[in-house]
Amino acid sequence: MRYLPKSPADREAMLKAIGLRSVDDLFAPIPAEYRLARDLQIPRQMAESEIVDWFRQCSRENGDGYTSFLGAGAYSHYRPVVIDSLISRGEFLTAYTPYQAEISQGTLQSIFEFQTMICELTGMEVANASMYDGSTAAAEAVMMAVRLTGRRSVVVARSLHPEYREVLATYATHQGMPLAVAGFGDDGRLNLKELEKSVTPDTACVLVQSPNFFGTIEDVAAIADLAHKNGAMLVVSIAEAVSLGIVEPPRQADIIAMEAQSFGVPLGFGGPYCGVIATREKNVRQMPGRLVGQTTDKKGKRGFVLTLATREQHIRREKATSNICTNQALVALMVNIFMCVYGKVGLKELARQNLAKTAYAAGQFAKHGKVLFSSAPRFNEFVVTTSETPQAINSRLLGHKIVGGLPLKKFYPELENAALWCCTELTTRSAIDTAVGLVAQSERSIRSGKEEAEEVAR
Amino acid sequence: MKHMTRKATRHVSQNEGLIFEKSSAGKAAWKLPPLDVPEVDSARLLGSSERKDLGSMPEVSEIEIIRHFTRLSTWNYAIDLGMYPLGSCTMKYNPRVNEAVARVEGIANAHPYQPEEISQGALRTIKMLSECLIEITGMDAITLQPAAGAHGEMTGLLMVRAYHQSQGNARKKILIPDSAHGTNPATAAMVNYAVENLKSDSRGMVDLGALEAQMNEDVAALMLTNPNTLGVFEEDIIKIAAILHAKGGLLYMDGANMNALVGKARPGDFGVDLMHLNLHKTFSTPHGGGGPGSGPVAVKKGLEPFLPKPVLVANSDGTLAFDYNRPQSVGRVRAFYGNFGMSVRALAYIQANGPDGLRQTTEDAVLNANYLRKGLEDSYDLPYSTPTMHEVVFSDKLQARHGVRTMDIAKRLIDYGFHPYTTAFPLIVPGALMIEPTESESKEELDLFIEAMKSIAEEVEEDPQTVLDAPYSTRVSRLDETAAARKPVLRWKPAV
Repeated sequence: MRYLPKSPADREAMLKAIGLRSVDDLFAPIPAEYRLARDLQIPRQMAESEIVDWFRQCSRENGDGYTSFLGAGAYSHYRPVVIDSLISRGEFLTAYTPYQAEISQGTLQSIFEFQTMICELTGMEVANASMYDGSTAAAEAVMMAVRLTGRRSVVVARSLHPEYREVLATYATHQGMPLAVAGFGDDGRLNLKELEKSVTPDTACVLVQSPNFFGTIEDVAAIADLAHKNGAMLVVSIAEAVSLGIVEPPRQADIIAMEAQSFGVPLGFGGPYCGVIATREKNVRQMPGRLVGQTTDKKGKRGFVLTLATREQHIRREKATSNICTNQALVALMVNIFMCVYGKVGLKELARQNLAKTAYAAGQFAKHGKVLFSSAPRFNEFVVTTSETPQAINSRLLGHKIVGGLPLKKFYPELENAALWCCTELTTRSAIDTAVGLVAQSERSIRSGKEEAEEVAR
Repeated sequence: MKHMTRKATRHVSQNEGLIFEKSSAGKAAWKLPPLDVPEVDSARLLGSSERKDLGSMPEVSEIEIIRHFTRLSTWNYAIDLGMYPLGSCTMKYNPRVNEAVARVEGIANAHPYQPEEISQGALRTIKMLSECLIEITGMDAITLQPAAGAHGEMTGLLMVRAYHQSQGNARKKILIPDSAHGTNPATAAMVNYAVENLKSDSRGMVDLGALEAQMNEDVAALMLTNPNTLGVFEEDIIKIAAILHAKGGLLYMDGANMNALVGKARPGDFGVDLMHLNLHKTFSTPHGGGGPGSGPVAVKKGLEPFLPKPVLVANSDGTLAFDYNRPQSVGRVRAFYGNFGMSVRALAYIQANGPDGLRQTTEDAVLNANYLRKGLEDSYDLPYSTPTMHEVVFSDKLQARHGVRTMDIAKRLIDYGFHPYTTAFPLIVPGALMIEPTESESKEELDLFIEAMKSIAEEVEEDPQTVLDAPYSTRVSRLDETAAARKPVLRWKPAV
């Protein structure tokens, strides 16, 4: 086997040194009747070239070469080449969690920079080293608010990513955390009246997403006022990190739970991504996950260590703030490099291009279909309703190697024939025009179908 | 240094500040293409939501970014540099073909919501990996949704709870041996189960008498790592399972140490009801400085209805699809379908090995651990003489007499060119040195490690201070962790 660095003679010599006759003696502690006496029934050993071929075939059956208008928590942005060059260095790729600080300063310093930039972008004071993803970060942020306030119930915006809501429901099931849901208004934003009715003296936090699932930017200041007036915290989920280049961050929030996939992380059919939690300094001791802090060595030289470990499972066991151990470190490094590449000016310009493409696309769609929630500001997603089902339109788009917007009926039954469309800097005008053209065609044929039917009726 | 090492030589490493310290206005590492749509007025579109300022975000050029992170990288130890014998972490070689196939266009760029008709490649990958892992574990069904081992534990215990609830009583507590990893009790708390400690016997195994006495109808499950954190196979595993099953409890196996069993024994054959795997341990996906991982949970038939949704199914025409209609499911534990990229890598690893390669891998991992044990048992105290599987645990008892503890020996090992073993764990061994070489080490590397450890043991006898002040060869000496925790500095701030 090509990964194993031993010759048969090496194995012989080692067995002899141990004083054993055969390899079977090594497995004597396993009762004989439970030892596997046959080969595993899995594919035979393959050559590297065969493995590459196998996955290339998968790739061909997997939408390779399609243009996509999908967003909804997973965004297609350009990934600068240097990201993969750098994260492929074995010293980053094949290192463990940096518990031994003296020989992990590379990972530790890079996490410290990551934490700093997440703070800068979110307007928070501290950020952790990463969580699994945006959905679990939101759930953990809510549990953190429950610990901080000593209250138990939670109000969740219906305009939060539906799968994030499902994950929160799973996490909350056995925590005795009642979840209330507050709906959205005609502008696609959280309905403040409904929110006001849902918040009680037992509300630990209000959880909203901004830009929300429909791409609409929430009125965070008003929501924060309402939550704080009632002694509850505000947790804001951010699923589209690029928005932070041009959209004011939710500074009024107490905790921000982010998905940073947009910053240089491949779509990868849904993961691995990069969650992160940011908050105020005063809340840090209830923060889940790892934290890197600056300190000095014996000679006074600056260095970095994992810190505040008394929050964590390996010290506190069942009293820990979370059971999280492995996080998303290498993905956080991708995010870190992406933030360095675009930086202070580039992130803004990148976000502006997203805004421009989306404004153009929404404007074009509005000429033929109906664009919902247009009275509130949006970032790079918008909802279009059509006369025909989005599935029918999408199947025609597929013929042009275009993946249309995400049909919303599955998550929001009342939004029949609505789809969530996303444009990023990578979306071309010609793809937008093609998609709009097919929607226009669909509307025309429905209209003429109706007219014909009316004609017949007359 | 009195004892020179054959493993490593000191060499110059570059100094490098924080990226913010290199930043100055007007430098850039990016260039966007010209817009093909009309420019917009962001103030008009966004109103009061428009962001004006990005604070202290850096402005640097591309070469500075390359040098910055390359320099940082050289300050890390890594598997690619040498043996990384962290116990229970399974720091094995991370094959590069795994990385190559995870980056094939249609796999790396697939959107999780793209229509299933153009996602058959990804679904086939999930299906094939699922089938392989089911066969390897001897279980009946699996979910790949959990993002890491601890996340898998949580998923598993959610299923345990759902199962008991379906039987009319969710039960109250989880039994956890005192040798267990900290995630086990932390997980039980997240699923709102009380934790009851189960003590180990003189062999380092579950004490059957204690288990018998503690087992009753309030116990939902036992969470057992097997081989356990001492690297010892629980040879009474069948009796353990029988005691649990007799009172309606479930046997959960923490699969962190599955590298000792793949191709040699299957948990499903010895009474385990459900278990998680760590693809980043046993199945070679890279640890990446702390993640990402992946923690699939494999279960027996009776637990299948409770798997997180969606579940992969085959349509009548042979195409694959996700089934969301799972009324008894514990729900979702993560958005989308888990860390799919890690599934791709794990499958590539299984394909590269095949049945013969996986078996040989396990045999070599156990051979390596036993070879180290033999080589070091005269220099270090072995608290449990029970046979070793894939890892061996010594204690610092002999060295503690000279005031040298396991962490000091670990730090000294760095000067010899090795990453330390796991220190001070498991908790049942005071001053533990927990060593897991994995199959990836050659006889030469193991001999160098034995030589280094013996040399340190001699140093402790002759001049303990040398060991206490280590390491000497690193960019920074021992860091002040107390100060870091007392006044946390968790971010860089611009000078005012």
